[in-house]
Amino acid sequence: MKPVLELQGISKSFPGVKALSDVALRLYPGEVHTLMGQNGAGKSTLIKVLTGVYAPDSGTITMEGEQIRPASTQDAQRLGISTVYQEVNLCPNLSVAENIFIGRYPRKFGMVDWRAMRTQAAALLEQLEVRIDVSAQLSRYPLAIQQMVAISRALNISARVLILDEPTSSLDEAEVQLLFRVLSKLRGQGMAILFVTHFLDQTYAISDRITVMRNGEREGEYACSALTRLALVNKMIGAPEASEQLAQQAKAATPGPVFLQARALARKGALLPLDLDIREGEMLGLCGLLGSGRTETARLLFGADKADAGSIRVGERAFPFASPRDAIEQGIGFCSEDRKHEGAILALSVRENLILALQARQGLLRAIPFKVQQAMALDYVQKLGIKTADIETPIGSLSGGNQQKVLLARWLATAPRMLILDEPTRGIDVRAKQEIMDYVSGLCRKGMAILFISSELPEVLRCSDRLLVMRDRKGCGEFQRGELDETSVLHVIAGGAQ
Amino acid sequence: MKHPLFRPLAALAALLLIALFTIPGFFSITIRDGHLYGSLIDIVNRAAPLMLAALGMTLVIATRGIDISVGAVVALSGTVAAMLIGGGPDAQTPMVWALCAAMGAAALCGLWNGVLVATLGLQPIVATLILMVAGRGLAQLMTDGQIVTVYHEPFFFLGGGYFLGLPFSLSVVAIVFAAIALMMHKTALGLFIQAVGINPVAARLAGLKTAALIVFVYVFCGACAGLAGLMVSSNIKSADANNAGLMLELDAILAVTLGGTSLAGGKFSLVGSVIGALIIQTLTFTIYSLGVPPEVNMVVKAVVVFLVCLSQRSAS
Repeated sequence: MKPVLELQGISKSFPGVKALSDVALRLYPGEVHTLMGQNGAGKSTLIKVLTGVYAPDSGTITMEGEQIRPASTQDAQRLGISTVYQEVNLCPNLSVAENIFIGRYPRKFGMVDWRAMRTQAAALLEQLEVRIDVSAQLSRYPLAIQQMVAISRALNISARVLILDEPTSSLDEAEVQLLFRVLSKLRGQGMAILFVTHFLDQTYAISDRITVMRNGEREGEYACSALTRLALVNKMIGAPEASEQLAQQAKAATPGPVFLQARALARKGALLPLDLDIREGEMLGLCGLLGSGRTETARLLFGADKADAGSIRVGERAFPFASPRDAIEQGIGFCSEDRKHEGAILALSVRENLILALQARQGLLRAIPFKVQQAMALDYVQKLGIKTADIETPIGSLSGGNQQKVLLARWLATAPRMLILDEPTRGIDVRAKQEIMDYVSGLCRKGMAILFISSELPEVLRCSDRLLVMRDRKGCGEFQRGELDETSVLHVIAGGAQ
Repeated sequence: MKHPLFRPLAALAALLLIALFTIPGFFSITIRDGHLYGSLIDIVNRAAPLMLAALGMTLVIATRGIDISVGAVVALSGTVAAMLIGGGPDAQTPMVWALCAAMGAAALCGLWNGVLVATLGLQPIVATLILMVAGRGLAQLMTDGQIVTVYHEPFFFLGGGYFLGLPFSLSVVAIVFAAIALMMHKTALGLFIQAVGINPVAARLAGLKTAALIVFVYVFCGACAGLAGLMVSSNIKSADANNAGLMLELDAILAVTLGGTSLAGGKFSLVGSVIGALIIQTLTFTIYSLGVPPEVNMVVKAVVVFLVCLSQRSAS
C-alpha cells in the first residue's frame, strides 16, 4: 500500500530557532497515526506546514504521488487535508448546520437552500452518531458536540487526510470514547487520520502507528503494538529512563510551623467556607474536578479575587487580601493556570517578564539597574534550564514549558515564602514538567510553603505531603502523606466517601 | 530588521525634500535681533503644542487607552489662565498663580478621565468623550462664548518668547520630553506601562498597581494638554474657547500612530510621537506654502497620512 500523504526532509527555521529539521512523515489510508512529542518538539510547526500556515524552508509534501505545496489553510482543505484544532474554531452564534456548511451553503436558484442544508447537516452528523437539532445555535451544545460539528465540517470537505490537533484536551471520558468510535469508523472508510495528543492512554487506545518527534527532529516511526509505554516516554524525552522517582525522594522530613492559615474563607458563587493551613516546607496538594473550587481557592488566597467572608492569617496578622499586592507583600507568589492570559506578557522579553513582580514590589521609583536585571535573568535561565535564544527574546516566542519556567522565575526572584502553583505543568512537556516539579520540591525542602494544584492525580499524589480534595466548591477530604492512594482519593473526588 | 523609527523618519525626510524643491528658501535660516527665523523654526514652533499633546497621548495609548478630550482641555486651560489674568495690562491674579490654576484644572480633567477609565471601567473613548464635550462647554460658559483677550505682557513669553535664540515653546517641549525620558530611564514606568498595555490581567497578578498607573497616564496627558493650551493662548494673546485646540486630539492620535506606536497598546516610542507631530506640521506648512486652497488642504493631508499609514502597515 502506498501512503496517501508523505512528507520528506521538511525543515523550518524561525529567528534563532530551528523548529523542524529534516522531518519525514508518512500517512496511510485507513490508519490512525499519532504524532507524539514534548512541547517544543515541533509538532505544532509540522501541522502548520502541513496545513499551509507556514511554508517549509525545504522538503517536499507528496499527496497521492503528486507534489503539493499548500499556501493557506483553504488551499490545504481544497487539496483534501482537513484540520480540527484544539480550540474549536467555529462560530458559536450560528446554527450547527450553518457552521458545517459555512462558506459552502447549498444553493437553489441562487438562494441559500436552507432545507437541503439542514438535511445534509443532519445526515453528516448522523454518520458520527450525533443526533441533534441542527438548526439550533452552536453555543447551546457542549464542547464535545461542537468538536463533532467541527469534525463533520472537516469531513464535508471531502477530506482524504484528517488532522486532529489535541482534540481531546477539553473532553471528558465519555466524550473521548464517542470521538474514538467516530475515528474508528472513519478509519474503516479509508481515511488517513493524524492525531496529536499528550495523553498516553489515548495514544494506545486508538493508534495504529506512532511518529515520535524530539527537538524538531523525527525520532522515529513505530507500530503502536511494538512500542511499550516506557519506551515511548523515553523516546520523547530522550533520556535512558524516565526519572519518576526523583521528586519522590525530594521530601522534607517534617514541615515547619504554619505559614498561612485561612479560616472560613468564602466567596459567593466561587467557594463555600474553607479552612486551610499551609506549613513552611510543606507541599499541600489541592485536587478535584474542574469547577470544584481549586482555582477559586488559589485566587482568594492570593487576593486576585476578594473574599466575601473569612480571614487569612500570615504570622501574627490577619488579612482580608484586597489585591494581589497584599498577598505579594506577605511573600506569596502565584502562577496562574492560564499562562497566556494571566501570566506571560507576551510581547515583553524574557528579562522583562522575569523581573516584573520583583520590580512591582520594589515600586515604580526604585528601578532595578539594567545590569542586575540581566544578571538575574541569565541566572534563572541557567538554573531552570530555560531554552531561549536570548534573554531579550519576547517570551511569546518560547514554548509553553519554557514560558512557564520564566513565570516561575518571576516569583522566585521575589524570594517568596509561599508559592501557589495552579496547574503549573498543564500543556507542557514531560521533561519541563519534571524539571519544574524537581526544582519546586527542592525549594519546598528549603522551607518554602507550596500550594500545588493539578488535575493530574498521579502527579499530585507523587509530590504532595498532604492532599486536600475539593468537590462542589468545598473541601471534602484530607489525606496525609502515607495514606495517599489513588483509589481512595478518586473515591472522594467522585463523591463516594462521606 | 529596520529600526522602528526608520519609517517615520523617512516620511519626514520625504516631506522635507518635497518642501525643498517646491518652496524657495525653505531651509534658509536667518538671524534677526539674535533670534533665529526661517520656515523650519516656524514649523517646529507651531508644532510645539501638538508635540506636547502627542507626548501625553503616547502614554495613554500605550496602556490601550485613548484620550479624545485633549482639545477641550487645551481650550479650558487657556481660558482659565486668561480669565484669571484678566483684560488689563496688569494681571488681576499673579500670573504664576493663574498658570498654576490652569495646569491644576487640566490635571483635574486628567484625573477625572483616569478615574472613569481605571476605577469605573468605562471604555476610554466613551469616558473621555464626556470631557471632550463638557470641557469645551465649560470653557465657553466661563467666557460667555466670547474671545478673552489678554494684554498682560509677561504672559506672551510662553508662546511667543525667545530663549537662546529659539522660540521659548521649544524649550518647554524639550523640558517635558527630557523629564519623561528621564522617568522612563530611571524608573520602571516604561516597563509598567507596557505591561499594563499588553496584558492588564497578568500585570495586576504580578503585583502592579494597574489602576494607579492608568490614572497617572491620564493625569499626565491632561497636564500636557493644559501646557499646550497655555502655549496656544499665549501665542494668540487670547483665549478662544470655541476654536483653541479644536481637533487637536485627532492630530495627537495621528502623531502617535505615525510615530510607530500601535493603538493596541504596549510598546511605544516617545521620539516617534515627536517625529509624528513634526510630520503633521511640516505637511500643513508645505500645503499652505504651496498655495493650495484651504478647502483642498484637508483632502491632501488625508491622502498623505493614508500613504504614510499604509507604508507603516506593510512594515509590520
